[in-house]
Amino acid sequence: MFDFLIQGFGVALTPLNLGLAFLGALLGTLFGALPGIGPINGIAILMPLAYTLGLPAESALILLAGIYTGSEYGGRMSSILLNVPGDAGAVMTTLDGHPLAKKGLAGPALGLSAVSSFIGATIAIIGLTLFAPLLAIVAVKFGPAEFFGLMIFAFASMSAMMGKDPIKTLIGAVLGVLISTVGVDSGTGVLRFTFDMPELYDGIDFVVMIIGLFAVSEILLMLEHAFRHDQDGEMAPIGRVMVKMSEVLYCKWAILRSSVIGFVIGVLPGTGASVASAVAYTTEKRISDRDNTFGTGDMRGLAAPEAANNASAAGSFVPMLTLGIPGSGTTAILLGALMLYNINPGPMMFREQPVVVGGLIASLYIGNVMLLLLNLPLAGVFARVLQVPRWLLVPSVAILAFVGVYQLHSDLMAIYLMLVIGVFGYLLRKFGFSLAPVVLGFVLGGLMEENLRRALSISGGDVGILFQSNLSIGLWIAAALVVLVPMFAGKLKAKFLPAARPS
Amino acid sequence: MKHAIIKTFLIFPLLIFSSLTLAYEPGSKTECIAPADPGGGWDFTCRNAANVFQELGLMPKTMQTINMAGAGGGVAFAHTVSKRRGDDDLLVAASTSTVTRLAQGQFPGMDASMVNWLGTIGADYGVIAVSKDSPYHNLNELMDAMKQDPRAVKFAGGSANGGWDHLKVLIAAKAAGVENLPRIPYLSYNNGGEALTQLVGGHVGAFTGDITEAKGFFESGDIRVLAVLSEDRLPGAFSTIPTARGQGIDAIGANWRGFYMPADIDDDAKQYWVDAIDKLYASDQWKKVMKSNGLMPFHPDSSEFEAFVKQQIQDIQSLSKEIGLIQ
Repeated sequence: MFDFLIQGFGVALTPLNLGLAFLGALLGTLFGALPGIGPINGIAILMPLAYTLGLPAESALILLAGIYTGSEYGGRMSSILLNVPGDAGAVMTTLDGHPLAKKGLAGPALGLSAVSSFIGATIAIIGLTLFAPLLAIVAVKFGPAEFFGLMIFAFASMSAMMGKDPIKTLIGAVLGVLISTVGVDSGTGVLRFTFDMPELYDGIDFVVMIIGLFAVSEILLMLEHAFRHDQDGEMAPIGRVMVKMSEVLYCKWAILRSSVIGFVIGVLPGTGASVASAVAYTTEKRISDRDNTFGTGDMRGLAAPEAANNASAAGSFVPMLTLGIPGSGTTAILLGALMLYNINPGPMMFREQPVVVGGLIASLYIGNVMLLLLNLPLAGVFARVLQVPRWLLVPSVAILAFVGVYQLHSDLMAIYLMLVIGVFGYLLRKFGFSLAPVVLGFVLGGLMEENLRRALSISGGDVGILFQSNLSIGLWIAAALVVLVPMFAGKLKAKFLPAARPS
Repeated sequence: MKHAIIKTFLIFPLLIFSSLTLAYEPGSKTECIAPADPGGGWDFTCRNAANVFQELGLMPKTMQTINMAGAGGGVAFAHTVSKRRGDDDLLVAASTSTVTRLAQGQFPGMDASMVNWLGTIGADYGVIAVSKDSPYHNLNELMDAMKQDPRAVKFAGGSANGGWDHLKVLIAAKAAGVENLPRIPYLSYNNGGEALTQLVGGHVGAFTGDITEAKGFFESGDIRVLAVLSEDRLPGAFSTIPTARGQGIDAIGANWRGFYMPADIDDDAKQYWVDAIDKLYASDQWKKVMKSNGLMPFHPDSSEFEAFVKQQIQDIQSLSKEIGLIQ
C-alpha cells in the first residue's frame, strides 16, 4: 500500500532532488520572511526557471513544494520581529510573537515557532500519507451550507479575542467584512463599491490589505513618534537566543491541538493558512488562557498559529493530490506547474503518477527536517536584525513589500490602494483597535457571503438548507458552545468559587 | 496633452526608422501579459507559447510572462489600450471570457476595436456533466426536466454569474427550447475544480465548464459528461462523449485561446506576429502541447479572426439582453 512512498523516497533522496529540496527550503524561508513576497510570487518566479532548466516534473515539484512549506516557516520572522506579517498565514503570529520580541525574547520566540512549525507540518504530512484518499471524501462532503457553518464557527471563535474591548473587536471584524464586499458580486455579477475602477473589480487583494494595514501603518506611527521626538525605545535588549526545552514542553498541548485543527482546515478547499491559524489561536485562547496572558507575549499564543499554518500548508496538498483541486492559492499555482509538465492533476493522479506523488510526499518529510535544521540556528541570526534601528528596518521592509506587490499586479493602483489602507490602519490603531479582527473579518466575510449565497441559490431562498446535514448542525452547535460556555462558566465560577481568583 | 506631444515626437523618428528597416524583428524585451494570477488558462497560453516560440526560433530570447490580474482581464485590457499603444513587442493572452466581458460592457469605456486581434492557438470546448449517480443519462433528459421546471437542475461553474460558464448553460437551454432562462440556478465558484468537487459531493445537480477541467473526474468515472458543445466528437478518449448537436440540441460553446496586441502597431510587426502564431499552430511541438492538455483544433484564418470576434460579441450581447444580464 505504501509502495508509492518507498518509491518516492527513492526519488527524493537522489543528490539532485535533495539539493533542490534544500534550495527550495532556503528560498522559501527568504520569500516568506519578506512581506509582500509570499509563496505565490516565489513559485511564480521559479516555475518558468525550473521548466527552462529542463528539470523533470518530480524535481520541479520538489523545489516548488520546498518553497511553499519554507515560506510558512519564513512568514513568522517579520511578524515576530517587526509586527508586520510576512504572509497571509502569519497574521495571528504577530499577536503574541511581537510582544515576546519586545520583552527581549526574539530568539526563543523564533526558535519556538520553528519547533511548532516542524511538529505541525510533521503531523500533517503523516496525516496526508495515511489518510489522503479518506480525507478527500471529507472535503467533498463540504457543500455551501457546511462551509457557511464553518465560517459561523470561525466567527464565533473570534469572541475569544474580545478580551479588553469587545465592542472594538466587533467593530473591527465588521469593518473587515465590509471591505470584503468590494468587487464584483459573483452571485449576480453586480459591481459593488468599485467606483468604475477596473482594479477594484476583483476586490481588494489580501497582500495589499495586509501590507497596508500592518506595514504602512507601522511607518506612519513611527513618523509620528519621530515628529514628536518620542523615544522609540520600547524594545528590550536581545537576551538569550535559543529556545528552552521546557518552553517547548509548556506549549505541547497547544501545538498538538493546533496541528490537528490546521490540518483539517487545510484539507478543505478554499480555506487556507489564514483561517487555520485564526481558528487555532482563538481555540487555544479559549482552552488555555486562564490568566489573560494571550496577546501579551504568551508562548502558547505563538506556538498555536505557527503549528496550524504549517499543518494547513501540508493539508492543502490533500485535495490537490487526490482530487486535482487547489486547497489554497499556492497549491493552485503548483497545479499550474504540473500542467506545464503535461501532468493532468485529478482523482487518478495517485494511480497514474505514483513517482510524482510519492516523490512529492517524501520530499515534504525531508524538506521539513531541513527547514528545522535551517531555522533553529537562523533564529539567532535573524534576532540580531532587531539591532538595526527600526526607522531604517521597517521602511526597508516596506519597500520590499511595495516591489513584491507591484510585481504581482504590474499596476500602480495596487500601491495607491495599499497607502490608503495604511492610513486607515493607522487611524484604527490610534483609536485603539486591534488589526487582527479586521483581517479575519476580511478573510472570513468573503467566504461566508459566497457560501451563504450559493446555499440560498440551491434552496431557492429557503434558509432551512443551512441546518439540513449533520455536519452543518454539528458546526452550528460547536459555534454556539464556543460563545455560550465561557459566559456561563464564568458566572458559575463566580458563584461557587468567589475567592478563587481575587483579581 | 503634454504627454501626447512628447510621445508624437518620440514615435516620429521611430516610424521613420522602422520604415527604413526591412522587416520587423521581435525585441529582446518582448512580453506576454497573462491577465490573471499564475496557474490559470491565460498564464498557460503565455508560458506555453513562449516555450514553443523559442523552440521554433521565432524569438531571440524568451518571451517574458507578466501576470496582470484584475477584473477578469479588464486591468490588462485597460493597460494595453491606455499605456501600450504602438508597442510592437507586446502580446496579451485572451479567450472567449475576454470577449464575453467586452460584449457585456464590463470594461467601462472600452470596446473590441481598441486593440488588434491576432489569432488563436486552439480551443477548449464546453461540456455539461452530471455525477455518476445522477438520474439524467443524456442531455435531452436533463433539458426535459428543466422544461418542466427551470429550477430542476442547479448548475455549478467556475465563472462569475453571467460569465462564459454560465452562458454555456443558457446557450444549450435556449437551443433545447427551455423557457424562463433567468430562473435557471447557477452557482459561481472560484474555478472549475471547486465546482466539480461540489458536483461529486452531491451539492449541485450539474457542472458547466470546459473539457480540460472535467478531464480528471471523467477519466476516474466520478462524473458523466452528457454533452460536449462542439461541432464534431472530440478525438481520443473523449470520443465516447456525444455532442449536443448529435442529440438534436444545436449548441456550440468554444472557449478559444489566443492573443491581441495594442492599437497603432507597425504593420510589419502585426504581420510578423500573425505569421508567428500560424507557424506555432502548425508546429509539431504545439500539437504535442495541445494533445496533452486537451486543447482542440480551432484556428480561423487571421483575416477572418477580427470579424469572428465581432460576431461572437454580437451573439453574446443578444443572449445577455435576452436573459436580462444587460439592458
